[in-house]
Amino acid sequence: MSPEKDISRRDFLKTTGIAAGTLVGGGLIGGLVGYKMHGKGTATLEHDQHGTVTEETGSPKAKMFFMNQRDFNILANATERIFPEDDLGPGAKGLDVPYFIDHQLAGQYGSNSKEYMHGPFGEGAPTQGYQSRLTRAEIFKQGVQKLESEAQNRYKKSFNDIDGKQMDEILTAFQKGDVQMSGVTSAFFFTLLRAATLEGAYSDPIYGGNRNMDGWRMKGFPGHQMAYITQIEDPKFQKIEPNSLGSH
Amino acid sequence: MATTLPGVDVVTVGVGWTGGIVAAECSKAGLKVVGLERGQKRGTEDYMTIHDEYRYAIRYDLMQNLSKETISFRNNRNMKALPMRQLGSFLLSEGLGGSGTHWNGMTYRFLPYDFQIKTLTDKHYGPKKLGPDYLLQDWGLTYDELEPYFDKFEKTAGISGDDKNPFSGKRSNPYPTGPMKMTPMLTQFETAAKKLKLSPYMVPSANLSAVYKNPDGETINACQYCGFCERFGCEYGAKSSAEITVVPTALKTGIFDLRYNANVVEILKKGNKVTGVRYIDTISGEEFIQPANAVVLTSYVFNNAKLLMVSNIGERYDPATGKGTLGRNYCYQILPGAAGFFDEQYNTFMGAGSLGMSLDDYNGDNFDHSDLDFIHGGNIALTQTGARPIGSNPTPPDTPTWGSEFKKQSIHYYTRSFGIGAQGASMPHKENYLSLDSTYKDAYGLPLIQLTYNFTDQDRALHKYISARAADIMKEMGAKTVVPNAEITDYNIVPYQTTHNTGGTVMSLKPEDGVVNNYLQHWNVENLFAVSAGNFAHNSGYNPTGTLGALAYRCAEGVVKYSKSGGSLV
Repeated sequence: MSPEKDISRRDFLKTTGIAAGTLVGGGLIGGLVGYKMHGKGTATLEHDQHGTVTEETGSPKAKMFFMNQRDFNILANATERIFPEDDLGPGAKGLDVPYFIDHQLAGQYGSNSKEYMHGPFGEGAPTQGYQSRLTRAEIFKQGVQKLESEAQNRYKKSFNDIDGKQMDEILTAFQKGDVQMSGVTSAFFFTLLRAATLEGAYSDPIYGGNRNMDGWRMKGFPGHQMAYITQIEDPKFQKIEPNSLGSH
Repeated sequence: MATTLPGVDVVTVGVGWTGGIVAAECSKAGLKVVGLERGQKRGTEDYMTIHDEYRYAIRYDLMQNLSKETISFRNNRNMKALPMRQLGSFLLSEGLGGSGTHWNGMTYRFLPYDFQIKTLTDKHYGPKKLGPDYLLQDWGLTYDELEPYFDKFEKTAGISGDDKNPFSGKRSNPYPTGPMKMTPMLTQFETAAKKLKLSPYMVPSANLSAVYKNPDGETINACQYCGFCERFGCEYGAKSSAEITVVPTALKTGIFDLRYNANVVEILKKGNKVTGVRYIDTISGEEFIQPANAVVLTSYVFNNAKLLMVSNIGERYDPATGKGTLGRNYCYQILPGAAGFFDEQYNTFMGAGSLGMSLDDYNGDNFDHSDLDFIHGGNIALTQTGARPIGSNPTPPDTPTWGSEFKKQSIHYYTRSFGIGAQGASMPHKENYLSLDSTYKDAYGLPLIQLTYNFTDQDRALHKYISARAADIMKEMGAKTVVPNAEITDYNIVPYQTTHNTGGTVMSLKPEDGVVNNYLQHWNVENLFAVSAGNFAHNSGYNPTGTLGALAYRCAEGVVKYSKSGGSLV
């Protein structure tokens, strides 16, 4: 380890301590407030030991894109490794990120409807960007199947049955582009998956993720507020209960 | 078969800032104007649910639908150009107001040095400061000549500022409205800059500090600092844009006809003059010919150049021979800067597009370049534009990009870090240019415009030097960790950088040096005008809209003059 790295490592540990000290409380309090607001005191998602997501009764949550529970759970487990539950608050699953992604894949995002998708398709240089003939929906479908086959190859188990460390190994291989995919690189799939996970954690809850605005609450982002004109000059940090466009 | 419509005095192609200004000035002067906007109507009433980061900032709801038209790109002539399939490096627009709807509103004037860059650089450093591959040229008019037009644009838009920049060219008037509010971050920047003997001032802003009525009688409201500005429209009508200023002004004359979903595909030419344009109604698919005594191209940089190319007007630039001016001098901007990580928590989510402090001590020729291997520089600024949670996940160096450490760090630093950034000037190079793609076509069968562009040695040297200056300020501000921007290598069209594309249809003093004269009138076709940042002979170290607005007023004056006198205006 280089000296610089060593310093930043110590720095990191120090700041993490500060972060935990201030934000754990914020996250917890915020979380409770949120649940009360929505009148669902104990309504949390249940995860069994295989990561199966049990849907709430009467919830608008349902799969629009993925056709079977196994594939949906692979997506859910992968996003949870990218954005895990911790002492700050919920992870991707708790924030309903898998539903957000599922719904996005079923619409414009999944079909790349605002993007130039005409051939001929050439590989190009990395500086020329996305050149795949595949839509995001096709990439996710293949990517999830590849996560599964990679788990079977390496551990003779379903991706949903391996432990977190093993999932991380596979995701890292995807990130590095080491997994063979057709019409797209595994690195590109991973980039999409990571971006979609953060989008699901932090977009307005009207899209089905960021459940109870807990993503915003963890981060200290107040969401949709009409004005900060009375607070913008204040030297103190402002803790503001978040607000969704859906509350209109 | 195209339907030929009744003729008018002026037709504008595109209705954003430039088209709106030309339409307002010409219709006020009694000229009958048709504005052809390829996108849809939009305005303040359409932005009631604008505080939606995902829809507008991530999925680009106000931006161009690339399934119909995009550009193709390569870094150099040896590569095969491929289409830009998704938006990334810059955000093209469509719809009323153009990119002036979802801009931040920073409204600078380029420096006197910029307009005479060739003359002044040669004078200070000799003719060999940059190699022969750099196509440096004067603009064909001086700052002082353009000053009245800067003044006019600032009054139309009601720009808020403080007149404290010692490097500014001469100003005939103070800013129409006072500066925006100070915040803890900005005060800290100001204190640090002054300690370093630099000259901070408030960013001139089109997010107004107070309600303002412009000389045309249009009211612009006061900014509420909601933090949703860049990539968004303003739900308060507090960010100056064409749809709340010049467009209503033009419509009030009763002789401005604004048509939506009207995509121009050809400039029609007969002999030495243009006769009008051909456009497609994108809803019905019908084709129309709109005859006009004068045609004004008022779309974005790429489309102005493309329309001239597909209509075979002017000689296209050939980098192999150096001949031709159309497509030459494409420039961009490079983004030096430094990130700072703090222990204190800041209200980073509050802000406005142009809320910031900046300084010009390292911009233009405001510092000595004798011992430096580049010219020009950049405006260095700390802006508080409103950090949003999807787009803003800052982490100190060596943090993994996902997993629990990433989550902890990005959440912690979301409100404890920010950047000092510079708008690095971009000098024209003989290998950076626009042309037509030979393979890829748009939805109307026209070739895509092709961009050949890479960063140059000048860019890399400037970037490194200015990043170090930004880091100096960040250190003085007391950041616990300061990270200067990584050195640049090759231009990459994927990550967002800036929507400050320039060149391709440059203005010039002599016909052999540019596409249009200093009234933005085409050198070869007297009743054709083209105004956009494409007219910039190079890109300065500032946001372009202030200078673009000034040129649009200059152009409008030219069109009105031409309608009376005809002939070349220079």
